[in-house]
Amino acid sequence: MDIRLPAAVATDDERRAVDRILGPPTTGWEGGERRRVDGHVATGGHAARARRHLLLPVLHALQDDIGWISDGAVGYVCERLVVPAAEVYGVATFYGLLSVAEAPPVAIHLCDDIVCRTAGAKELFTALADTVGPEGSSDGSRTWHRSNCLGQCDAAPAAFVQAAGEGRRTVIRADLDRLAAAPTDDREPAYAVIGDPVLTARFGAADPGDLDAYRASGGYVALRRALEIGPDAVVAIVEASGLRGRGGAAFPTGRKWRAVADTEAAERLVVCNADESEPGTFKDRMLMERDPFAVVEGLTIAGHATGATKGFIYVRGEYPDAENRLVAAIEEAEAAGLLGDDVLGSGFPFHIELRRGAGAYICGEETALFESIEGFRGEPRAKPPYPTTDGLFGRPTAVNNVETLAAAVAIVAEVPGAANTKLFCVSGHVEAPGVVEAPFGVTVRELLTVAGSARPPQAVLFGGAAGRFLAPAELDVPLGYEPPSPPLGSGAVVAFGPGVDMDDVVQRIAEFFRDESCGQCVPCREGTVRQDEALRRLVAGSDERGLIDEIARVMRDASICGLGQTAAEAVTSAIALGLVGGAR
Amino acid sequence: MTDRHTVQIDGVAVVVEAGATILDACRAGGVDVPTLCYLETLTPANACRLCSVEVEGSRTLVPACSRIAEDGMVVHTGSDRVRHARRMILEFLGAAVDLTTAPELLEAMAAYGADPSRYGAGGGSPRSSAVVDNDLYVRDLDKCVLCYRCVEACGDDAQHTYAITIADRGAGARVATEFDVALPDSACVFCGNCVAVCPTGALMVRTEFDMRAAGTWHEDVQTVTRTVCGYCGVGCNLDVHVQDGAIVKVTSPFDHDVTSGNLCIKGRFGWTHVRAGVDGS
Repeated sequence: MDIRLPAAVATDDERRAVDRILGPPTTGWEGGERRRVDGHVATGGHAARARRHLLLPVLHALQDDIGWISDGAVGYVCERLVVPAAEVYGVATFYGLLSVAEAPPVAIHLCDDIVCRTAGAKELFTALADTVGPEGSSDGSRTWHRSNCLGQCDAAPAAFVQAAGEGRRTVIRADLDRLAAAPTDDREPAYAVIGDPVLTARFGAADPGDLDAYRASGGYVALRRALEIGPDAVVAIVEASGLRGRGGAAFPTGRKWRAVADTEAAERLVVCNADESEPGTFKDRMLMERDPFAVVEGLTIAGHATGATKGFIYVRGEYPDAENRLVAAIEEAEAAGLLGDDVLGSGFPFHIELRRGAGAYICGEETALFESIEGFRGEPRAKPPYPTTDGLFGRPTAVNNVETLAAAVAIVAEVPGAANTKLFCVSGHVEAPGVVEAPFGVTVRELLTVAGSARPPQAVLFGGAAGRFLAPAELDVPLGYEPPSPPLGSGAVVAFGPGVDMDDVVQRIAEFFRDESCGQCVPCREGTVRQDEALRRLVAGSDERGLIDEIARVMRDASICGLGQTAAEAVTSAIALGLVGGAR
Repeated sequence: MTDRHTVQIDGVAVVVEAGATILDACRAGGVDVPTLCYLETLTPANACRLCSVEVEGSRTLVPACSRIAEDGMVVHTGSDRVRHARRMILEFLGAAVDLTTAPELLEAMAAYGADPSRYGAGGGSPRSSAVVDNDLYVRDLDKCVLCYRCVEACGDDAQHTYAITIADRGAGARVATEFDVALPDSACVFCGNCVAVCPTGALMVRTEFDMRAAGTWHEDVQTVTRTVCGYCGVGCNLDVHVQDGAIVKVTSPFDHDVTSGNLCIKGRFGWTHVRAGVDGS
């Protein structure tokens, strides 16, 4: 490929950042010292292009070390990976955590979403505007942006801080002082249990950094059993358990594993979807932070069951603590022979690679996630073909959510109640926001009670922004995968107490989708904008219900992926329940 | 597995080769399905969703242009759901994009009863005005429907130059060069293959753009003469568009074996010398 490079040249620091991921260049063809032989022998080509999947890690390295991605840096990336400059630019501009404009070293992303904005975020915006300047401006050392949900709803308001050369950190219960200085808190997990704990059994009981503690509390019993009984039997167990995907789509996990296992492909892959970004949802983060070995073990079992020898964990970019825990867990598991060329001496080779998202809700959609790992813009693919036949790098791929994998571990280990437990994220106007583990059949009212809902909420959003507001009678419906239970979605339960401006909340949800649409298909790209506008007019007194319904229909019917297909659920449910626009 | 599949299109059985799309089946059955981002010479981008049809058993509508027809599939191309989706998509585009040089879309809007005025003035995705940064073609993002055709033609589907991409996301998504540099500073080789595939005139050759601005562009009096490009030995077919005795544009037929509609900078733009000395230029 003949690539035209930008005229600007990378600085030494920028080259160092890129080389940190790719290693130093070895020939003049990839941006290194031009040697005599380079005039005679061309290198790169397919071999260089086969490293396209390292584009996002390289862009992360530049953002992490330099604080932004310059045209000179893009030029060097082009040389190293043989990717056209326009494509690098297209990828970099897709993600919220990457900046292609010169920026100060510190970027503060302050959560502005439905939970944080009712917990003090708005006041913090004013304070930041007073000290740093308007959103997006710089005081020379810092800039700040509003952010969609950061998954810290149990400790709102939250912020995520990128500091060039210093790393990324989460700030919970944010105020100006804590934004300036607070180290990442080693906070106690906020959780509660109804019935017997399965997925949360190790929370607070076992050191999440200690492999021995994990093993002492039942860890790696499942993998040993899996290796003993063989892949087919493992898939059969998961099928029989009735386990369904806990990410939101509720696809039967056993059926997915069976489909991948049954393919003829020489190479298959498993992916752990840890890009949790659904507003009001933080269960996967807590699992990764509190029980990272369970995620690693779960992915290993999934790999063994499906015949994959490689797994990827795609972890949300705004989750540095979870990422660190996983990196450490993978290293420890490798050192202990629980990952590697010969897992536990069984002859089964399995490796895990961790990839970091860069601030795009859409990348939680499985095919967008593939595109992101492969080094492209996170735009969902058309389905069919489905991931089980044409997934990551075109290989049959089983994608499972973090909680699903943790549940699979417990199921294979025959932990009582393992198939019948679910994590819910209760936040908003409750006394003790946090994760609640409960058996299916629990009601939303019971979840709220456990979390200390003192006063009856005026509204409850269930399942995330892609979920819907519940009618009062639905608070007492036993939750499960079949009607009359409302769809579980991500398991988020957000309570809005009396006095909350619901017009504001619902408009924020519409804004969320407008902001997070990838822009690929017309129904979602234009529909989310028009829904947002029509909702604002409705709040201002105009009757836009008919138009909003029509917009909802086309988004639901004709969008490429689940984002567009569900982008109207919360808004239309709020209107139907009379939560928005006064008594209209 | 059979080599031929039978598909029901609006109640009529249509037999297609295995691997054919629903759109192929519709066309074989004489059923009209509107398309926008789809072009025979490009990979279906699946972006506009205008060709959405209803397939029994499918939760959502499916894009006819890229969904492979399966034996026994029952397809409805004119149901309420389908017509609603198409009308809304056309309305969305009509409300956000300047479609004055996209007559086919304007006709489709009329046919489906699309009313873009329902969305009020302003709003919508942010757009910008025409960029005139070279002598050969003009980019007017206000007319862009983000069909991905130009990006595909510049990249894997034809030219392999990769000068343009989709940048940003959501409502802010747009076609751009790296860091929005002017085309002459980008990787662009000015083949104009992006112009050839643009369905809305967002990309337009400079002569047409200037003549439209001056009110002198009259397609009804133009003649189109097919010839073979004389620059090299490849044998690309040219369609030479002539108005008032002067060449105003050169294109290539999409169904030509050699070009599939593509040309190089010489074939598409290297004709100004034809009139040199005649009209004083």
